[in-house]
Parts: sequence; C-alpha cells; structure tokens
Amino acid sequence: MRLTDTLQFASGSLRGSPTRTLLMMLAMSIGVAAVVVLTALGEGARRYVVNQFASLGTNLVIVLPGRTETSGVSPGLMSGQTPREITLDDALALQRSRAIKRFAPLTVGSASLSRGALNREVVVLGSTSELLGVRHMEMAVGRFLPEGDIQDTSSICVLGNQMKRELFGNEQAVGQWVRLGDRRFRVIGVLSPQGESMGMRTDELVIIPVGSSQQLFNTSGLYRILIEAKSRDAIEQVTKDAESILVERHGGERDVTVITQNAVLQTFDRILGALTMAVGGIAAISLAVAGVLIMNVMLIAVAQRVKEIGLLKALGAPGKQIRYLFFAEAALLSGIGSVAGLVLGYAGSFIIGQIYPSLPVMPPWWAVIAATMTALGTGILFSVWPARRAAKLDPVTALAGK
Amino acid sequence: MIALQNVCRTFTVGDQEVAALRDINLSFGAGEYISIMGPSGSGKSTMLNMLGLLDRPSSGTYLLDGGDVTDLNDEQLARVRREKIGFVFQSFHLVPRLTAAQNVELPMILAGIPVEERKARVQVLMQNYGLAERADHRPDQLSGGQRQRVAIARATVMNPSVLLADEPTGNLDQATGWEVLKLLEGLLEQGITLVLVTHDAEIGARAHRQIHMLDGRILSDEQQAK
Repeated sequence: MRLTDTLQFASGSLRGSPTRTLLMMLAMSIGVAAVVVLTALGEGARRYVVNQFASLGTNLVIVLPGRTETSGVSPGLMSGQTPREITLDDALALQRSRAIKRFAPLTVGSASLSRGALNREVVVLGSTSELLGVRHMEMAVGRFLPEGDIQDTSSICVLGNQMKRELFGNEQAVGQWVRLGDRRFRVIGVLSPQGESMGMRTDELVIIPVGSSQQLFNTSGLYRILIEAKSRDAIEQVTKDAESILVERHGGERDVTVITQNAVLQTFDRILGALTMAVGGIAAISLAVAGVLIMNVMLIAVAQRVKEIGLLKALGAPGKQIRYLFFAEAALLSGIGSVAGLVLGYAGSFIIGQIYPSLPVMPPWWAVIAATMTALGTGILFSVWPARRAAKLDPVTALAGK
Repeated sequence: MIALQNVCRTFTVGDQEVAALRDINLSFGAGEYISIMGPSGSGKSTMLNMLGLLDRPSSGTYLLDGGDVTDLNDEQLARVRREKIGFVFQSFHLVPRLTAAQNVELPMILAGIPVEERKARVQVLMQNYGLAERADHRPDQLSGGQRQRVAIARATVMNPSVLLADEPTGNLDQATGWEVLKLLEGLLEQGITLVLVTHDAEIGARAHRQIHMLDGRILSDEQQAK
C-alpha cells in the first residue's frame, strides 16, 4: 500500500466520524495552544525584566545604604542603630578604584513642580552630569546637567519629556523658570521620551544637581550610587573596591550593600525561566491527557471497525498494514490538532501582546517545538496499543463482528 | 491446484476441544464449480475460511497452486489472499463510508497498484456489472443486489484464481439471488474456481461438484455430469 493511499484511507476514516474527530483535534489543539500561550507569557515576563535591566545601563554596579542580610534582621537594627548614610564624599572616594569608568550619585525625593497656575507632584532626581551616560538617557533639547563640581547647588533642572509637555505644551521650555518646592529652577534641557524602566517613568522626572537636591530635601545622604565598570570583567573588581572603600570610610562597618546588575538579572532570569518551564510543563500535562483521549478514541475506533478490519485482512492486508493505517490516523489527528493549536496559540499570544504592549509576548521556539513534538509523540505513542490490537484481530471472528 | 491433505482444525472452547474439521482430504482443479453444503455446525464455514487462508489448519497440509501455504507468515498469507483469492460474503461487507467505486478499488489500493490503472480497472468492472451509474453511491444508497454486485466486482478486481462465496444469496430475495448467482457462474468462463457455501439445496445443486459435510467430515463428494 502506498503512503498517499494510507494517508487518504486514514483521513477517510477520520472523516467517517467527524464529531469524534473534531472533538479529538480540539482537545489536542487546546493542549498545544495552552503550552504556546503560557510559555509565551512566561518568556514575555522574562524578556520584560531583562529589557528593563538592560535599559538601566551596562556593566552597572549599584551601591545602596544598609546591609541586606540573606536571613534574619540586620545587626544594625538589633543594636538600635540605623545604617549610616552614604554621602557625596563617599561617592567621591570611589574614584580611587581604577576599575570604575564613571559613577553617578543619586538622590530621590518628591516635590511639587509648578509653572504659573500649573502644578503637580513630581519625583525629583538629584545627580550629576554622568547620570546621562550611566543610565543611557538621551536629550531631546538643550543640555544635561553640566560637568564640574559634584557639590554644585545651582538652580537648574532637566525635565522629563512628559513633564515638559504638561507644563509647556508646545512652547519652548529651555531657558524658562519653574518652581520646585520652595526654589526656582531654570530649565536647561528636556529628555527625549524613553518610557518606563524599573518602575520609574523617566518621562515624568525632574533632574537637578545632586547638591541642589540635598538642599531642597535637607539631607546629606544618597539614595544610590550608580557605578559603571570599565568592562564586563571589571564588574567584580568594582564590587570589591566599592565595598572596601566604603567599609573603610565607615569605620570598618559593612553597612552598605553593593549589587551588580548581572547578579540581579541572572536571578530574575533563572526564576522566570524556571517559571516558564513549570507553566509549560503543566500545560504539557494537558497534552498527555489529549494523548490518552486519542488512545481511547482509537480503541473505540478499533472496536467499531472490527468488521472493516476483518474485511481488509480478507482482501489481503497484512497485520502490519492495519497497524500503519491506525498509526496514520493517530498521526493525522495529532498533526492537524497541533497545527490548529499552534495557530490558536500564536493568535492568543498576539492578542495578549496587543492588550499588554509593554510585554514582549512571543512563544519561545523550544516551547513550540516541544509542544508539537509532545502532541505528535503522545498521539502516536498512545495509538500503538490500539493499532496492535487491530492488527492482531483474527480475521474470521472480526468478519463475524464478534 | 488446491489440495487439502489430512487437514484438521480444532477449537478450544473452555477446556473442551471441539473439532470443526476432521481429517479432510480434498482437491480442486482450475475452473471447477463446487458447492459445499451441510447444516450449521457441519464445518462448511471453517472449510471456506481454511481455503481462504483466513484460518490455519491445526494439522495437515494446504497446497495452493502447487505451493505449500500451511506455514506462511502473516505477510505472505496476506499476499496470497490478495493475489489469488476473492471473497464474497453473505452480508456483503462493503465499507460504508466508501463509494461503490472506492469499495471495488480497495484491494488494488492494498496491493499498491498505481492510481491510473486502478481507475481504469474499476471503470471496466463497473461497466461490466451494470454499476456504472451507481459508481459514486455509497452502500446504503444501493439495493441488496447492487451491493452484492459491488462485492463481486471487488472480489474479482485482482483477477483471483479462486472465488470463495459464503451464502452469497443469503440476504437477497429470490429473483435478485438468481441474478447474483448467474453473475458468479459467468465468472467460470474466465477460468475462475468457484466455491459456494450454502445450505440451500436448490442452489447447491447447480454446482458441477457437490460436497456435503457433517460434523467436520466430508459426507459425500459427487461429480455431476455437465
């Protein structure tokens, strides 16, 4: 028997009981679609986080005050001390390390920003000229904070893109004055739109010199120090240097935490990767269930078509051929089912992508291949037994329909 | 061309051995017209299954066209059935989802014959058996006589040397039954060996050679003068 004839005959017998066939394919395609959509979501979440970190900067090392212990309460809390804050002098001392390319001290505060009658609450970042490069930000108009004295307290500010639009509309913003808290600042530049990164909408920020911000919020501490290492390999050295310099300056107490972007990124990557696998695995169980369904349907098909099998044997079909026919049927069922499932899954991922545009929803290639292979595999595997059963039927009793 | 030598066939029912065929010795030549008669349980159906290679003897030898087919494996048996034996059943055994033409084509599909040749042979046969207009009908749209003619067309499409018919008129009214019988007898002219199993004495009497069976034994084997 030719392959095309085998397939044609098998598809004929599938079309012979359309309801059953459609239900089977539905089960199969839902299984495949579930794997595709769920892994697409997981992968989307993973990429989202990776992108967020990438937009944060490259070769980034972050210093924050306080010591994060892996377990228990920090020793400072136990003894009634609060962690010592990181000061601008601490930041300047970091220049001793040769592995550091540049760094940007960072303060964060919130103040009301007003221009004439327009007024709103904004997040104010205090930093230096280096922030632009470290954080991969770009200017739309004007200049960023000028280089020079880190202690600079001049009354200048850089607006996030949306801030500019809200306060000035289409007017020229550079050179104009705005009121921030109790001080007046001159706008020297506007950032280009950059969307969201790490939960902070850069477009809605106002950036002022770190010295001014310390005055504005009446603090001498820093929220973070962002350090860019000279290269990827230097990250480790930077971490060590930053830690030893700050520990030394803080009288030997390890009251700062130094985290690298890579470490955080890898952790997220691992967690979300595992999550995707787990979710995909759970979805794959539905495929196994679909496989069992196929076995069930094939067994029914064998029972219903006993006479036909007997006839085929009488007409000269060897057992092997009967087995191939049932294999072909199962393969067609799971093949068409998984193609439908892929279409369904991609459509679902596309729709989710439309609803959540910031999430890069895309089923990973390995999941697509795994889902299809599992579908075909279970379909064919679970048809082995029914097919063998059909092939082993005794033609005499089969013809009698017993 | 067909010879059964000391063929026995026993079935195990529960813990009892039941002999369906006891020590059968029988041989046919090409082009013979044989009827096998007997009451139910006499072993005539087992005999037909044996001749059609659907059943294997428990002991004894089966020679077909001079070759021993007793110990062939499943695939070889299937091949012999495909090429040398045609079956016609009482209940037609047409595949309900296939059209008349597709049913006739089925043995050639199993034999792996190319499509064009299949179509050509089906067309000729359908024409010969007066089924040309019914070629695209499904079995449930055909009358009993038409169904049996489709079945006969299917049994002969591979040009077998033996045609085994098990009560071919059993499900038909008398007029249609005679028609079908004449069609089968017409095949004798093409040199086919026709073996007819029936319990209808009137039909059985038409055969040139009549074998009566009882309790798995051949009771009588009469050659009629033509």
